[in-house]
Amino acid sequence: MLEIRRASVLYPGRDGADPVEALRSIELDIEPGEFVVALGASGCGKSTLLNLIAGFLAPSSGQIRLDGAPVTGPGQDRAVVFQKHALMPWMNVIDNLSFGLKLQGVEKAERHRIAREFLELLGLEDFETSPVYMLSGGMQQRVGIGRALTADPRILLMDEPLGALDALTRERAQELILRIWEAQKKSVFLITHSVEEALFMGTKLIVMSPRPGRITHRFDLPFSRQHLSGMSGREVKASPDFIAMRETVLSIIFADEEKAA
Amino acid sequence: MTMKADNAIPGAPRGALLRNVFRQAPTKPGQTYGVPGEGNTIRISVAAVLSVLALWQIVTASGLIAPLFLPSPVAVAEKFFALVQNGYTNAPLLQHILVSAARVFAAFALACVIGIPLGLGMGMSPTLRGLFDPFLEFYRPIPPLAYLPLMIIWFGIGETSKILLIFLSVLAPVALGARAGVRSVAIEQIHAAYSLGATRSQVLREVVLPSAFPEILTAMRIGVGFGWTTLVAAEMVAATQGLGYMVLSASQFLQTSTVLVGIILIGGIAWIFDLAMRWVEKRLVPWKGRM
Repeated sequence: MLEIRRASVLYPGRDGADPVEALRSIELDIEPGEFVVALGASGCGKSTLLNLIAGFLAPSSGQIRLDGAPVTGPGQDRAVVFQKHALMPWMNVIDNLSFGLKLQGVEKAERHRIAREFLELLGLEDFETSPVYMLSGGMQQRVGIGRALTADPRILLMDEPLGALDALTRERAQELILRIWEAQKKSVFLITHSVEEALFMGTKLIVMSPRPGRITHRFDLPFSRQHLSGMSGREVKASPDFIAMRETVLSIIFADEEKAA
Repeated sequence: MTMKADNAIPGAPRGALLRNVFRQAPTKPGQTYGVPGEGNTIRISVAAVLSVLALWQIVTASGLIAPLFLPSPVAVAEKFFALVQNGYTNAPLLQHILVSAARVFAAFALACVIGIPLGLGMGMSPTLRGLFDPFLEFYRPIPPLAYLPLMIIWFGIGETSKILLIFLSVLAPVALGARAGVRSVAIEQIHAAYSLGATRSQVLREVVLPSAFPEILTAMRIGVGFGWTTLVAAEMVAATQGLGYMVLSASQFLQTSTVLVGIILIGGIAWIFDLAMRWVEKRLVPWKGRM
């Protein structure tokens, strides 16, 4: 379980300006198997929060612990999926998928065997040896997700992974991520600025607000489970409960924007 | 009157040369609209070269220019075959070519072996960058001819000073290219590797090095070009073989046709090697510029 306790991040002000409070006193638990989504306008600190959990950034004060041990840097237990897939173009699909295993010294035949188990899950069976720069954006992003999964992390960190995809590909990828989440029983922390995506995917939603970056609202969400127990993605997103929730969250975000303006 | 009004801006020149620059009409399917300088150049290049050769032949055959200043292309070609048959001074032409190529490539190999790790190190370590950057940036723009006397005073008139001179002219572009290559890695790729459990040395080996590879190849291509540029300077003093020596000594005897043969050979060899490097680039880094 991941625990964040009173974590704050202060960026030093430039040229004698006041320090910028990127995050103020964040409290957040991510339980095993939980799908936590962070939503907020740009500048609300959601990427900073992800960088804290990933270990790329140390908090100015407060603590981040994974299974009781403090987070002191990046590691394979918190694999990250990036908005720009960040694949290695000199490797083909299977070598990208198994890159984490290579770093851990797993020999080639074994790591390819493990990676192959994910090819079907990701719908990439026919592209095992394709160069990644030849793939479509949606397929590249699936390789990026698979690469994080093969490292077998405790928690999967996703930094707007679907932001660059077109609408149709994006909905398919949302459903794919939910299926993977159910099959792999991983914890997920996902950042998005799409309200619909946040509601559809998360079991827990945190809404964040800028200046200073902080969590203003928390919601428990039923929609991903509805989808996984048989409702189609569109049915879920068109249901009255979903639409009501979407309007609630949107009005919170718009109210924030007006206060700031 | 038929005019291609659809292709022209009023008042713009109507010649073929500038038609593409001022084009406003839509492109055909499969082409991209508005790409500057779009179009195939091979036919124009071949025509240009043939025209210059023809002009050269006409001017020299008509006796407007004395052969001492400019021998005819036919005379240059005849000289080339004569050199192939009889050699130049004490050695066959092939020998001169091989000696020069050996100097350039020995210097090039040495510059790669030292310059690539040096550049990578400078890209990755502020200490190394701080240490070597002032020297590299200082000597880089100095023409090799300027420090040739120093090379001779320090290393004598043998092969060492010749190869060192070429080596120095290749080292800077290769090292700076490798250093720039380190910068071409995307920070997300580095973060991805760390979040998959990579150590610092694994990030350097598995992410930074392969990312830098395309730029290193380009730097090698540019570097070897500098090597050929420096060849004549390197063979100015105490050389008895080599294309640079051949050009210089022929010029002292006013053998202009031999000078031209040497120049064309140096240019041709460098050009062929450049084509080979580009081919290697395409094979080794097909992803270049595509992600």
